[in-house]
Amino acid sequence: MSKKAVALISGGLDSMLAARLIQQQGVQVEGINFYTGFCVEGHTHAIRKQDRNKNKRNNALWVAEQLGIKLQIIDIVEEYKDVVINPKHGYGANLNPCLDCKIFMVGKALEWIKDFEYDFIITGEVIGQRPMSQRKATMPVVARESGADDLLLRPLCAKNLAPTLPEREGWIDREKLMSITGRSRKPQMALAKEFGFVDYAQPAGGCCFLTDKSYSVKLQDLWNHRGTRKYELDDIMLLKVGRHIRPNQAFKLIIAREEGETNFLSGYQREFQTIKTVSHAGPIALVEGEQLDAQQLELACAITARFSQGRDADSVELLFSDHGQNTQSIHVKPMPAEQIKADWVLA
Amino acid sequence: MSEVTELDARRLLCPMPVIRLQDCLRKQASGARVRITCTDPGTMNDIPAWCRINDHTLLECDQQDHQISFLVQKSQV
Ligand code: SF4
Repeated sequence: MSKKAVALISGGLDSMLAARLIQQQGVQVEGINFYTGFCVEGHTHAIRKQDRNKNKRNNALWVAEQLGIKLQIIDIVEEYKDVVINPKHGYGANLNPCLDCKIFMVGKALEWIKDFEYDFIITGEVIGQRPMSQRKATMPVVARESGADDLLLRPLCAKNLAPTLPEREGWIDREKLMSITGRSRKPQMALAKEFGFVDYAQPAGGCCFLTDKSYSVKLQDLWNHRGTRKYELDDIMLLKVGRHIRPNQAFKLIIAREEGETNFLSGYQREFQTIKTVSHAGPIALVEGEQLDAQQLELACAITARFSQGRDADSVELLFSDHGQNTQSIHVKPMPAEQIKADWVLA
Repeated sequence: MSEVTELDARRLLCPMPVIRLQDCLRKQASGARVRITCTDPGTMNDIPAWCRINDHTLLECDQQDHQISFLVQKSQV
């Protein structure tokens, strides 16, 4: 009877190639993709108007379609919080807990294969590809700590690792697997060509916003000011949008950079204090933090006005609204650019 | 014809609408129909692709102003 494998499909080239290598050996492959809330694709494209004409495809779905496999997208937003907040193996260059993340995802895949009677798990990992999570020393850590042990097969570098159960049992032929190592993408590109894959995603900087320096600065700032490392999905979505400016400890402004972001942030008017320029074309700003007093409100409006078409006007009118209520009109002189201190801008 | 289950995925960004649809269909019998209403334009690609991949039938796709609604029928297998 033919064996069944679950492939972790990230949407990138490596997991696509890994899945195809196993399909070629007559194994029935199905894909799973995890949604952590930090995933790069989709959101920013959907929000920013300037990006609207770009291809908005979901890469994991696209890969599944190219491979001709079924794909389930699994919402792990809640469970994943613990991975981000308390990574046992620490963070990479930014707030990316890559090793814990891999262990967690392979562990989830293990639950999946048990629940739905698959035989083993495939990932697109390559030894030496990523400084933190894809070193030769970490490969056994992922296998062991996830509990998957020798049910975890990495087809792209399998020949450099000890044989796994599917290889030992002869479900698949180890000789037809690969021995790719290192950061060069050439072997993967050659294999993609051999398989006839074109137009695959080459995401710069990894699969999620946690590898992004500016995003990590904003997330750390959020934790610092809340006094706790907790977050909700809306928090981490909002860190992907707008300029984040914190002029003091009391509040932070999230100021839309263009129309698409204004539309998106407008959807949060009931959850936040908001400021919107009315005398001139301009952005909406969400105020995150304490209830603004008169002085803070003036400061928040002066900063927001700076990013409107009225930036050089003597006076700009803005509307302040408190969770969609008690709207009041405010007139301010926009803050000159040089008064917006560099360390206010979170990036 | 059986009733249509309505799903509201407005304001949700991709891939959440797909996840909602997928989780809803998982609980339904073969042939059941679900209508999902979305606002993220990314769903114009994602929901048809997800249906094709998983053998579900996209019966209707209707876009009005900023809302897109999809009527999907669960596969027979
Ligand atoms: S880049 Fe993000 S999704 Fe990828 S392994 Fe690291 S933490 Fe996980």
